[in-house]
Amino acid sequence: MALDQSFVGRTYPPTAAYEVGREKIREFAESLGDANPVYTDPDAARDLGYPDVIAPPTFIFTITFKAAGKQVVEDPQLGLDYSRVVHGDQRFEYTRPVRAGDRLKVTSIIDSIKSLAGNDILSVRGEVHDEAGDHVATSFTTLVARAADAEVEESR
Amino acid sequence: MTAKISYDAVEVGTEVPTREFRVNRADLVRYAGASGDFNPIHWNEKFAKEVGLPDVIAHGAYTMAEAARVVTEWAGDPGALVEYGVRFTRPVVVPNDDKGAVIEIGAKVTAKLDDEARTVRLDITATSAGQKVLGRARAVVRLV
Repeated sequence: MALDQSFVGRTYPPTAAYEVGREKIREFAESLGDANPVYTDPDAARDLGYPDVIAPPTFIFTITFKAAGKQVVEDPQLGLDYSRVVHGDQRFEYTRPVRAGDRLKVTSIIDSIKSLAGNDILSVRGEVHDEAGDHVATSFTTLVARAADAEVEESR
Repeated sequence: MTAKISYDAVEVGTEVPTREFRVNRADLVRYAGASGDFNPIHWNEKFAKEVGLPDVIAHGAYTMAEAARVVTEWAGDPGALVEYGVRFTRPVVVPNDDKGAVIEIGAKVTAKLDDEARTVRLDITATSAGQKVLGRARAVVRLV
């Protein structure tokens, strides 16, 4: 069933602050096998002009995706079938990199809802601000809830 | 903030050499923990097959992150990234063996966007097992 168009433009309340820690950034960088010292060594980060270690560019997604998941995907009124949701595309616009010590809040907004060949396509924007209220990055996420596939359903 | 590549030294057509990134099941488990995305399609073969996938697949955001490395290492500063986007066209299938899967990433400068802001656009290519896995993968980077 197609999703309700009236949800387009819906803005969810800002999330509680996510506190970014050095060790969380290290864990994320290590999971990628990315040994760039600006992610783990405060001195290397300071050499590039940052006050503390910075996070890899896609780290922000872990925060915005959590916000979108909890608020939008699981919004019972919207009624998206989470078991059929896949990540369609992802884009970020950065004002500055995320860094250790940041306390970040995400405001999720539904940008568009489309229905294509039985698939529901949901575009969610996540505006990320720091504690001072300054913009850090914007995440543009497209989620696709695939049309119910009889074969897949039967095999469950 | 301080890219190490000069805007003036870059031309449309400048290529970033293609690199190979190897990903195995343990990497995906580590990434699941670090990112908080515990969707079983990224670590549970039985579940992945039940939902119609050929095997466990890498997180799209994992592939996206590895693709970004080609650009951030070229620029010399991950904070020089102004914009970055990809479309997830095909999953990276990760077999349960010690070799895992290989993702090949390359990039090319396709536009000098703004002489004043010193920004360039790179188009990124990402393939695994000979198949394109990211579509419209593009980054905008601010150079010095």
